[in-house]
Amino acid sequence: MSKMLKTFRKGGIHPAEYKLTDKSPVEILPLPEKVTILLSQHMGVPAIPVVSKGDTVKVGQLIAQGRGFVSASIHSSVSGKVVKIDSIPDLTGYKKPAIVIEVEGDEWEENIIQSTDLRKDITFSKDEILEKIRESGIVGLGGAAFPSHVKLILPQGKKAKALIINGVECEPYLTSDHRLMLEYGEEMMVGIRILMRVLNVRKAMIGIENNKADAVCHLKDIASKFHGIEVYPLEVKYPQGGEKQLIKALTGREVPSRKLPVDVGVIVHNVSTAYAVYEAVQKNKPLINRIITVSGKSLKKPSNFVVRIGTPIRFLIEAAGGLPENTGKVISGGLMMGKALNSLDVPVIKGMSGILVLPEDETKRKSIEPCIRCSKCVTVCPMGLEPYLLMLLTQNWDFYRLEKEMVLDCIECGSCSYICPANRPLLDFIRLGKTDVKKIIRER
Amino acid sequence: MSKLLTVSPSPHIYGKDTTPNLMYGVIIALIPAILASILYFGWGAVIVISVAVISSVLFEFLIQRFLLQKKTTIQDGSAVITGLLLSLCLPSNFPVWLIILGSLFAIGVGKLSFGGLGNNPFNPALVGRVFLFISFPAKMASWPEAQGFQTQYIDASTGATPLSIIKEGLGKGDSISHLMDKIPTYQQLFFGNMGGSIGEVAAVALILGLAYMLLRKIITWHIPVSIILTVVIFTGILWFVNPEKNADPLFHILTGGILLGAIFMATDYVTSPMTGKGMIIYGICIGILTVVIRRFGSYPEGVQFAILIMNGFVPLINYYIKPKRFGEEVKNG
Repeated sequence: MSKMLKTFRKGGIHPAEYKLTDKSPVEILPLPEKVTILLSQHMGVPAIPVVSKGDTVKVGQLIAQGRGFVSASIHSSVSGKVVKIDSIPDLTGYKKPAIVIEVEGDEWEENIIQSTDLRKDITFSKDEILEKIRESGIVGLGGAAFPSHVKLILPQGKKAKALIINGVECEPYLTSDHRLMLEYGEEMMVGIRILMRVLNVRKAMIGIENNKADAVCHLKDIASKFHGIEVYPLEVKYPQGGEKQLIKALTGREVPSRKLPVDVGVIVHNVSTAYAVYEAVQKNKPLINRIITVSGKSLKKPSNFVVRIGTPIRFLIEAAGGLPENTGKVISGGLMMGKALNSLDVPVIKGMSGILVLPEDETKRKSIEPCIRCSKCVTVCPMGLEPYLLMLLTQNWDFYRLEKEMVLDCIECGSCSYICPANRPLLDFIRLGKTDVKKIIRER
Repeated sequence: MSKLLTVSPSPHIYGKDTTPNLMYGVIIALIPAILASILYFGWGAVIVISVAVISSVLFEFLIQRFLLQKKTTIQDGSAVITGLLLSLCLPSNFPVWLIILGSLFAIGVGKLSFGGLGNNPFNPALVGRVFLFISFPAKMASWPEAQGFQTQYIDASTGATPLSIIKEGLGKGDSISHLMDKIPTYQQLFFGNMGGSIGEVAAVALILGLAYMLLRKIITWHIPVSIILTVVIFTGILWFVNPEKNADPLFHILTGGILLGAIFMATDYVTSPMTGKGMIIYGICIGILTVVIRRFGSYPEGVQFAILIMNGFVPLINYYIKPKRFGEEVKNG
């Protein structure tokens, strides 16, 4: 590249990319025999079931209603019979309420438009769009799963100047957003226009790391047809997909501690979320499926799949060639921030962007050595914190100072643990410290 | 599935740097200086370096194994570095028994008495060196001259270092322009052709080591650059005010232990600050203290004391100097 690419300034690391599936077109996964749909796939209050055991449901039918402001509705991803409403272990291993549906055929709700033709004209008003997004149960698909309609209703007195679309995908292995931008680019652009209308902004900026040059080119081509949308290639650096880092990279502005993006005049949504918004508004289709990367060096056939929500992980791994003999760890999400699963029976949820399979020799941590105060953790921390100190303060139970050293600003990107030459579990301790500090603040 | 999956919190991937890797990186960076010292001082350098390294590693092993009765850590390479750095600031005719004593003090008192690697407040090699310097001043005042590979060891011909020539000359009332005739040319200083400790003479070898460590990201630029710049600016002002009483900045950089100290001693991970800003403050203070001792103190050289004094301030610097937090700069915007 001749010109300097934009990026965030403070900290950051360059883990190996392992984008094994960036050339694999998205495949539609066949339907499983049974889906398990968790009632809490989003941040906030769990949804309440509105069907009961024995009911027959169609694809796209509301099966659980979001309650309260920060919550999201849940829809059936298949057609068939509700066989169980019970608690099942979720990604964390704890039992959570879920609806189990036995698949019979593939019958969709009549109002959902199934044709794949692009529907470019936006005919709805701001309030109609907002209502459609809320009813469709859309949550942030980048991983945090924050209900999207909440992010679109700005707090009193706040005004957004620009919409930022996150197509960074800085995690190793993951390519689901990359493939979405390549294969569903125009639909995504319409989704962005819809979001711009709701937010009443004239400008949208799509940030994409430059290891996805084909996606940058493709979107730049079609962006000319959509008013106000610009595509920005970014230097490859983790954790650029972090909301605050991406805003810094694109606008040069820093969201202050414990403030929201809207405080610097921007709203951030993921590319997959924009696509889901297109489907919800233009085709009446609630969030019932998504693209998931199933990858790993030991897998026979790493792939990108379109998967119905509630499909067991085991089904995805079988489709990617089966679980290799030497597997030691299965991760939901990316290598840096993903969650290690304890079972292959957990279902796909809305916020799941990838399933990674790691061989046994890559799963064991090395023994912890004494801190040599090399200050590498301080150098890589994208939030300007001192991870070595936060770990020490947590070990000493010095929560007052932990709060003063801004432990709550930690975005848990894991760069400190990644870089530490002494294999110190910095992030583990910082998480502990954060939990305790939050508890103390709540009690105040 | 019969086999259990491993569950652990993120991240699930780790970088390749390990403590031994970084330590061996520093050792590689020291190789040019070691080669240069052998080239200039011959067998004396070989004896001093090998005795210091072997005794440092041995003392670390013996103390950890038998006195502290815990796991030995000699394989991490830090004891090797302590030995190397100690030997590099000794004269090439230094008696073996004193080198062994210095290593014992460096490892035993400077490092292990505080709890081993990562816990020592002062740079162990400098602790050992200053111990020798204060206890045996006569032995630390005769500096063999770098005259190409020599086979003599204890009986090597000695002379004064450029810094002590200047110091004594100024004391007697000589002027700089007159004294400059007695010391080697800048070119000779740059390549190491002068009297001095075995590691400090060849500026070019030390700079090669710095370049390697910066490229491999073992250290950052903050400490060496701030020390050297401070020395240049401070001595430059003195020189500008009175060139007859003060040597010029280039002379100060190329003589004595400034480069060895700025590149290898002050950058010691354990005893230097944790933030870039802190490192710069630390470097500036070392630079100022060095020049103050050289110019106004009673010793011709002051880097070792400057670094040790600032080592003592590192916890304070770490407490007050914080990195710029994300979001700080727009607080008022």
